[in-house]
Amino acid sequence: MGSYDKDLNLEATELRLGLPGTDQPEPTTNIIIHSNNKRSIHQTKEEDQEGASKVAASKAQIVGWPPIRSFRKNSVQPKKDRAGTEADVSGIYVKVSMDGAPYLRKIDLNSYKGYDQLLVAIQSMFRITIGRYSEREGYSGSEHAPTYEDKDGDWMLVGDVPWEMFTTTCKRLRIMKGSEARGLGCGV
Amino acid sequence: MASPLSFPEEVLEHIFSYLTLPSDLNSASLVCKSWYSADRYSRRKAFIGNCYSLSPQGLVSRFPNLRSVEIKGKPHFADFNLVPEGWGGYFFPWVRTMSVAYPWLEEIRLKRMVVSDEALELIGRSFPNFRVLVLAFCDGFSTDGLAAIAANCRHLRELDLRESEVEDSSGHWISRFPDSFTSLVSLNISCIASEVNFPALERLVSRCPNLRSLHLNRAVPIEHLPNLLRRAPQLVDFGTGTCSSEVHPDIYSNLVRAFAGCRGLRNLCGFWDVIPAYLPAVYSVCFGLTTLNLSYSTIPSPDLANLINQCPNLQRLWVLDYIEDSGLEAVASTCKDLQELRVFPSAPFIPEANVQLTEQGLVHVSLGCKKLQSVLYFCRQFSNAALVTIAQNRPNLTRFRLCIIEPHTPDYLTREPLDMGFGAIVQHCRDLRRLSLSGLLTDRVFEYIGTYAKKLEMLSVAFAGHTDAGLHHILSGCDRLRKLEIRDSPFGDRALLTNAAKLETMRSLWMSSCSVSFGACKLLSRMMPRLNVEVIDENDDPCSRPDNCMVEKLYIYRSLAGPRFDMPGFVWTVNEENSTMRSSSALPS
Repeated sequence: MGSYDKDLNLEATELRLGLPGTDQPEPTTNIIIHSNNKRSIHQTKEEDQEGASKVAASKAQIVGWPPIRSFRKNSVQPKKDRAGTEADVSGIYVKVSMDGAPYLRKIDLNSYKGYDQLLVAIQSMFRITIGRYSEREGYSGSEHAPTYEDKDGDWMLVGDVPWEMFTTTCKRLRIMKGSEARGLGCGV
Repeated sequence: MASPLSFPEEVLEHIFSYLTLPSDLNSASLVCKSWYSADRYSRRKAFIGNCYSLSPQGLVSRFPNLRSVEIKGKPHFADFNLVPEGWGGYFFPWVRTMSVAYPWLEEIRLKRMVVSDEALELIGRSFPNFRVLVLAFCDGFSTDGLAAIAANCRHLRELDLRESEVEDSSGHWISRFPDSFTSLVSLNISCIASEVNFPALERLVSRCPNLRSLHLNRAVPIEHLPNLLRRAPQLVDFGTGTCSSEVHPDIYSNLVRAFAGCRGLRNLCGFWDVIPAYLPAVYSVCFGLTTLNLSYSTIPSPDLANLINQCPNLQRLWVLDYIEDSGLEAVASTCKDLQELRVFPSAPFIPEANVQLTEQGLVHVSLGCKKLQSVLYFCRQFSNAALVTIAQNRPNLTRFRLCIIEPHTPDYLTREPLDMGFGAIVQHCRDLRRLSLSGLLTDRVFEYIGTYAKKLEMLSVAFAGHTDAGLHHILSGCDRLRKLEIRDSPFGDRALLTNAAKLETMRSLWMSSCSVSFGACKLLSRMMPRLNVEVIDENDDPCSRPDNCMVEKLYIYRSLAGPRFDMPGFVWTVNEENSTMRSSSALPS
């Protein structure tokens, strides 16, 4: 090995996966990545609570594993297996744009259990607040309103249809801002 | 002054036009100044493996007369959603520069780049001799951009959109090819989700007598195929649309006749949702087939085996794991010319196996198919013994990618790591150029790789290894290594910094969810000014954390262009003053 060892005392600062004093990494707990934020090991307090329940609830999904391209994942609808249970729990990745933001993001709708979790994630991702949803008024109390494009190409307000219908019909999301947003839900 | 041995530059350029390999031309250009100049002006093709390794201006200065460019953008792991949206790989700066510098440009081939409609429109306006557009795994454009290509590129021969993401505004872009347009040789629209104007497509096919390759999209129903094939019996390469509608005797017999008319067909793909009862319609062409891609078809094993038994001349077979071990046994006995096998998983996200596909299938093929060179195999169990058998049977393997679906899966017979098995692969297959590892692996497998895999050019590592020794073995041992991508493996600072110089001999290194510290990234960047060290962190500013915090994702590549200017907010690099800077700028279109 090189001479860098002595100069930099890398051993002292060397970081490894796993508990101190062991060479082996803990196999599963450190590897599990929660796909909604694509994080690996560092998690903030908020996600920890979400994360714990998610791990308990279902087999943890690892982002990008197994390595299959989206085109292929979306092209093959697996059959129900012999036991008759649904075979596919792959990710539903949709693009999320926000008016005024320079670039888009992508999220996996399957990693959320409902609208509440989705909106929390979006608010955190774009550092915004989205108001409270009500059937009559849409999203009141903030500058932003979440909308989505459905299979027919129409722009709809997020929250109107049941969650399962939403995840299967949503093609992409757009966070509207300002006056355009305030126009939604008022006497539409 | 001119020695009797020196030729006029035109003669040199003519001689160089017989050299086809870029490596040969590169060598020739180093001989002397006049050879450098002759090569410089006569070079017609350029391949840029990493779009950030040089600037567009750098390219046009170096080679002023190119006719063909091929450029790759995002790292390979972008295919698996590991590279965040907005990372980069924009084509527009290239086409903007080339539109001025290369008026005679004929071919553009892009992979994993962001291509805007504006860029496509610029292609249509700038290159009167444009012939070939290949957009592989690209995104950022819509059918409007395609309309601009169709309308303006009078001499277009190839339009290939393989697996790109296209925003569908309308299926009418295909009618923008003028009636006088007859030069099409190859058309691949299989990635387009919505319906394309079918009558316009039919007319296009009818008037292009040189059309050899046609890949339809899923939206084209099977009823349309017979008429289409009748207009293009000269096809060599054909991709169907969906084949799911109920088998109607008239349609079926039309289909049989139509395929029988395509005597030159060598490649078949598509077959989305195909009902097995349709398959015999293609039996008449099976004998001549060299490539068969059934990886979108959920056909069960017996029907698959029946089809494959008709194809003794197959060289490439892509299939889902519905083929099962029994189907692969049939492949091993029928397809004696097989060179490439890819088996994809039908249900990768369920914990247990849904099909009887194990290591045995691949072992059979490795025994029966003596020309097998390239393997991509997804399955749920493997053993060292099987890997050793495969390695011993097929020392001529050049590409071996094994994906055992569950990370850290050991040898299912002995419960040991699969180090020895992969060790046998690299030991026996001396010409191995590409390798992907999976299963339970310790540092030992990397020792084997570093010792034996001397011709290895690309290595993919996931959930493997224990210490930095693993990474050190790879970087110090694999002399020809160009691309290394690692995820979820405990490799860190020491191996990286010790082998810093090696990184300049490679195209790129990707490490995500590993153990590399931010401090090491900064240090590496200072040590190696010709490397771009990019830290991707979507959560926080890494500068706000201590230096010994690990980075989320790291992408290192050599570059003549210095740090790039189009980085989004979540990519950090080190600037000249040795403090980190984040470059957030407006996106180029």
